[in-house]
Amino acid sequence: METKTNDLPAIAQNYSHIKGWGIDADPKNDPTYPIKHRTNDEQTGYSWERPTQQPVDVEVLRSIERPTISAVFGTSTPPSGLSGAIRRYAFKYSESEYGHWLPLLLADRVNMVEGIIDDFRRGHVPNIFAERGWKAEWKHDPQGLTKKVLIGTAVTVVVFMLLRRKR
Amino acid sequence: MLAMNYRGPQRVRVSHKPMPEIKHPEDAIVRVTRSCICGSDLHLYNGNVPDTRVGMTFGHEFIGIVEEIGSEVHKVKVGDHVLVPFNIACGKCHFCRQGLYGNCHESNTQATAVGGIFGYSHTAGGYDGGQAEFVRVPYANVGPTVIPPDMDPDDAVMLTDVVPTGYQAAEMGGIQPGDTVVVFGAGPVGIMAARCCWLFGAGRVIVLDQYEYRLEFVRNYANCEVYNFKEMDDPVVFIKKITDWMGADVVIDAVGAEAAGSALQTITGRKTLLQAGSATALHWAINSVKKGGIVSIVGVYGPTDNLVPIGNVVNKGLTLRANQASVKRLLPRLIEHVQNGILNPKALITHRIPLEEAADAYRMFSSKLDNCIKPVLIPPSARM
Ligand SMILES: NC(=O)c1ccc[n+]([C@@H]2O[C@H](COP(=O)([O-])OP(=O)(O)OC[C@H]3O[C@@H](n4cnc5c(N)ncnc54)[C@H](O)[C@@H]3O)[C@@H](O)[C@H]2O)c1
Ligand SMILES: [Zn+2]
Ligand SMILES: [Zn+2]
Repeated sequence: METKTNDLPAIAQNYSHIKGWGIDADPKNDPTYPIKHRTNDEQTGYSWERPTQQPVDVEVLRSIERPTISAVFGTSTPPSGLSGAIRRYAFKYSESEYGHWLPLLLADRVNMVEGIIDDFRRGHVPNIFAERGWKAEWKHDPQGLTKKVLIGTAVTVVVFMLLRRKR
Repeated sequence: MLAMNYRGPQRVRVSHKPMPEIKHPEDAIVRVTRSCICGSDLHLYNGNVPDTRVGMTFGHEFIGIVEEIGSEVHKVKVGDHVLVPFNIACGKCHFCRQGLYGNCHESNTQATAVGGIFGYSHTAGGYDGGQAEFVRVPYANVGPTVIPPDMDPDDAVMLTDVVPTGYQAAEMGGIQPGDTVVVFGAGPVGIMAARCCWLFGAGRVIVLDQYEYRLEFVRNYANCEVYNFKEMDDPVVFIKKITDWMGADVVIDAVGAEAAGSALQTITGRKTLLQAGSATALHWAINSVKKGGIVSIVGVYGPTDNLVPIGNVVNKGLTLRANQASVKRLLPRLIEHVQNGILNPKALITHRIPLEEAADAYRMFSSKLDNCIKPVLIPPSARM
């Protein structure tokens, strides 16, 4: 793509009431080049000819910082259950708000528990050791894994004892 | 079909999932022949990217054979072996037309701050990724590129992300002939960035990491100076010292949210998620670059906030440049570089692992076991 410069004289007339408007303009002074190519329609806004819209046949949560659903979107794992409800709530807030991201992180953790419940419901006992890749760890770093297991066990025992003492 | 399936932080497995379908006239379905695990996948794997849903398939670095095409696809045909850029880009919107293919506005409904990315949470569009036997590829007239017949598929898969990202990291550095460049991180991205700095005329390239085997690799691969930050009291002072107390002209952050090296950053950024990942490398980058210098960031951080010395950016007059790599923009040049032997990306691949063993592959790459640099997952049909 060619870098073009904005047509200064053409827009200058709109600013004839402002003394000195544009006298030092240098459209080539663009530190984002070559990452970004100027196209001459920088100021035209949301005006491109949009691609065909993918039919919306699953629930798609939309950032409130945009007016439309994007022309294509992913259809993986639509929101469901409690985590889905939390995600819907999160999307009431913009990407600029903690009210958006923190509930989403919470929903991710809730979703993990839902995943385990779902596994059991389908008669599948998740093999957490395999899922965590402990086979590879045992093969290449048996010491590290042993340490991890020992620390994990110690922490569990301590927490368990503390909980019992409170009662 | 078989597909990697995310179950929660540090828990993944491979299971059967329904075949992907054409959902849009510009879609293609691709039968994957290779897919990599990337440092970016570790942010998902560790549960640090908001809206990473259980059941999703990761994988944004893949190549494969076109199996089926939608009614408006004309750039690729069934049977083509294609490499697929990690960004999903429409080619028509304001941003794509400026060459910002990593910032497309027609591929991600869930967030405006990032374009669509394959297999990268719902925050990047909710697309299932390529760590599977088959994958749906939207905008098949824009991204997918037929692999030249003389190109090794291992080189091709590295062109979907690692090569363009490393190259763009150097490009964004605005390197002037003779400049001293410091690269934080000797993962695949940092290694490629270090190599590419020379292509832009760097005078000196210095890489810091914590793993000796990676430093050893990049020293040979990229002919650069290497140092282990674990052996330093203060990496910023160290860099000042070796740059005549001036700082580097350009510093590249090729680490991102999983950074080690500062207990405070690790606890707040990785353990408790009080910030959007640990910003240790970026902090060091800002403080070790010369006044008036450029910091080029390709390391990935989460969508909220990070602890970085922004006051020093002001006082030192720094320029920060950053982006997701614009793979499509860079591909023609980089394919040339690979074909002419200027870049040899397949040398970074250390492990070829059956797709079925994805859980072990994630562990190996995440814990840097067995001197792992870049693992590639190979589905059953591509092993025959
Ligand atoms: N912008 C993009 O388009 C893009 C594309 C791909 C990857 N990335 C990002 O690039 C980063 C690196 O990816 P990768 O695949 O090379 O990952 P990786 O995990 O293999 O490599 C990261 C390296 O950084 C090192 N490191 C950790 N803390 C450090 C510190 N404080 N200083 C120096 N080095 C440190 C680690 O030891 C490791 O070797 C990730 O954040 C990834 O998300 C960005
Ligand atoms: Zn990647
Ligand atoms: Zn676009």
